[in-house]
Amino acid sequence: MEYLIPIMAAAVRSGTPILFATLGELLTERVGVMNLGLEGIMLMGSLSGFWGALVFSNPWAGIALAVLVGMALSALHAVLCVSLGANQVVSGLALAMFGTGTSALLGKNLVGVTIPGLPAAPLPGLAELPWVGPILFSHDVLVYGGFILTAFLAWFLYFTRGGLNLRAAGEAPRVVDAAGLSAVRLRYLYTILGGGLVGLGGAYMSVVYTKMWAEMMTAGRGWIALALVIFGLWHPVRSALGAYFFGGVGALQLRMQAGGTTVPAPLLMMLPYVMTIAVLFVIAVRKGYAVSLGAPRSLGVPYHREERDG
Amino acid sequence: MRKRDVWWGAWLLVGILATGAWAFDPVAPEELKPGFVYIGPVGDGGWTYMHEQGRLAMEQAVPGVKSSIVESVPEGPDSARVLETFARNGSKLIFATSFGYMDFVMDVAKKFPDVVFMHCSGYKTAPNVGVYFGRMYQARYLSGLVAGKMTKKNVIGFVAAHPIPEVVRGINAFTRGVRRANPDATVRVVWLFSWFDPGKEKEATKALVDAGADVIAMHADTGAAPQAAEESGVYVVGYNNDMSQYAPTKHLTAPIWNWGMIYTAAAQEVIAGTWKSTSQWPGLKDGMVGLAPYGKDVPEEVKALVEEEKAKIVGGTWDVFTGPVKDQSGTVRVPEGTTMTDAEMLAFDWFVEGVEGEVPK
Repeated sequence: MEYLIPIMAAAVRSGTPILFATLGELLTERVGVMNLGLEGIMLMGSLSGFWGALVFSNPWAGIALAVLVGMALSALHAVLCVSLGANQVVSGLALAMFGTGTSALLGKNLVGVTIPGLPAAPLPGLAELPWVGPILFSHDVLVYGGFILTAFLAWFLYFTRGGLNLRAAGEAPRVVDAAGLSAVRLRYLYTILGGGLVGLGGAYMSVVYTKMWAEMMTAGRGWIALALVIFGLWHPVRSALGAYFFGGVGALQLRMQAGGTTVPAPLLMMLPYVMTIAVLFVIAVRKGYAVSLGAPRSLGVPYHREERDG
Repeated sequence: MRKRDVWWGAWLLVGILATGAWAFDPVAPEELKPGFVYIGPVGDGGWTYMHEQGRLAMEQAVPGVKSSIVESVPEGPDSARVLETFARNGSKLIFATSFGYMDFVMDVAKKFPDVVFMHCSGYKTAPNVGVYFGRMYQARYLSGLVAGKMTKKNVIGFVAAHPIPEVVRGINAFTRGVRRANPDATVRVVWLFSWFDPGKEKEATKALVDAGADVIAMHADTGAAPQAAEESGVYVVGYNNDMSQYAPTKHLTAPIWNWGMIYTAAAQEVIAGTWKSTSQWPGLKDGMVGLAPYGKDVPEEVKALVEEEKAKIVGGTWDVFTGPVKDQSGTVRVPEGTTMTDAEMLAFDWFVEGVEGEVPK
């Protein structure tokens, strides 16, 4: 069973960038805004994170910059979708393309450059534990940040008033307004915070995971994160497990090939996607076909205080 | 216009009579305006970067020539638009540097019969379309010799992009080199099913290291594998260009391209009016492919072995796939005394003895 340790450690490591993007999208969708621009925001995060880490010779400066860039891009999305009532799908897709193209253009001179990046920081004491030590506690600070953030969001969403307000804005914004809060302000707030997390996921790719910049380097991880929010049925813990599971399957198939196993790799590569469909199927059957699977009821619906509901 | 047509007809006639082939007007160097269509950004540090180096070498070697490029052109209808724009703007020589441009090159070339098109890695030709590629497998073989000598555990990992003949040929040539230097070593292959995913390239390298590999070789477009090898403390053989910046202490060498040779020759021929449509596949002998500078850990005896084997290939007495060549099951696929033909090499879909893993079908 020892051979499972490096696979599971790789799962945590390669699942972390997807985890941040997933949690960011989860916040955004919970407040009622759908942001399909994850891939583009992640790439802009990768680029700005790498650039910042290089120019300021400090990985944290890059990471902070990536978070800010992620927040700025999603603020743009919020202006279009929350204030102007634009189509969220179109705005999100535009953002995905914008980020992909812009990062490629601006990043031209950064290709081929390497940075020291964020070092690994095994937690003293915990890292020596059998099994959990090498799997969970021998990584870098951001991996631990991912654990904490997941737990924090699970607590915040379901056990605090702030979380209740957030969810209410995604379910029934008119009720939130009637209660004297501003649904619009909540939507802005969490769309922007969520975008910051997506940028952080992108920075993890370039500053921590690979320590280089390459055009399109997120290679579809933004789209996977989008699917994982659904896979986790809009719950932070389930979505986090999904992110690590995706990372784990990727690591497993590479390691099976390296070990000389003859299971066809493409079969394993499609496993996460098959699992997502299976989860949706099982829940739909169990709850009846008409359920919303736990999606926020007003997800993707623009809200205007002055207008009547359809 | 009419005068030009007369000249054109005369040259055509002369050409057909003299060589039985198409012929072109000589072109002044200033009027050549070579155009380059690239699949990636020139800063990719790999494939397109090396073509760009070749272009710059051509400008150095042929005075008066001023060329231009378009980067990151997808292998679709967009490429036809770019090719056509070059032709309309007066380019007399256009290079298309990726396989997937092939049919678009053929289409556009029909519309511009007096413009020379050169297509990299394809197989379709026309009177004004030539194809070119390099015998990278010969340089891969040499890099395999180095890897075979440097491994202590006799397990070498290979991070491979897509299971296409070009990559399979490279793995086979590399493995032939490894086994020549060290008959006990094996090469383990991990397929990425992607040209471009630094995260995955890194994870694949770590997987191979965990599986016991102490030398890593690669066929992918970024420096992520060398970087992961450096972090894991194992040697690495790069690809495309010198990748030592990603693995300062662990980079052994890398099989590299020298496109400048082809670009310079083509420019000179078109200027002189002597260009003819050919299918060029130059290798070590012509300096088309070679090895990047050795890392500091490579001993002199290994370099001597490389020189010895290189002399055999350059001398033409032996090539990488000269028999006997056995496949993974031990069956002799190329009998002693024969050498694989180019056509056979271009269709490689099986692994030679010494490779662990399989070619996905």
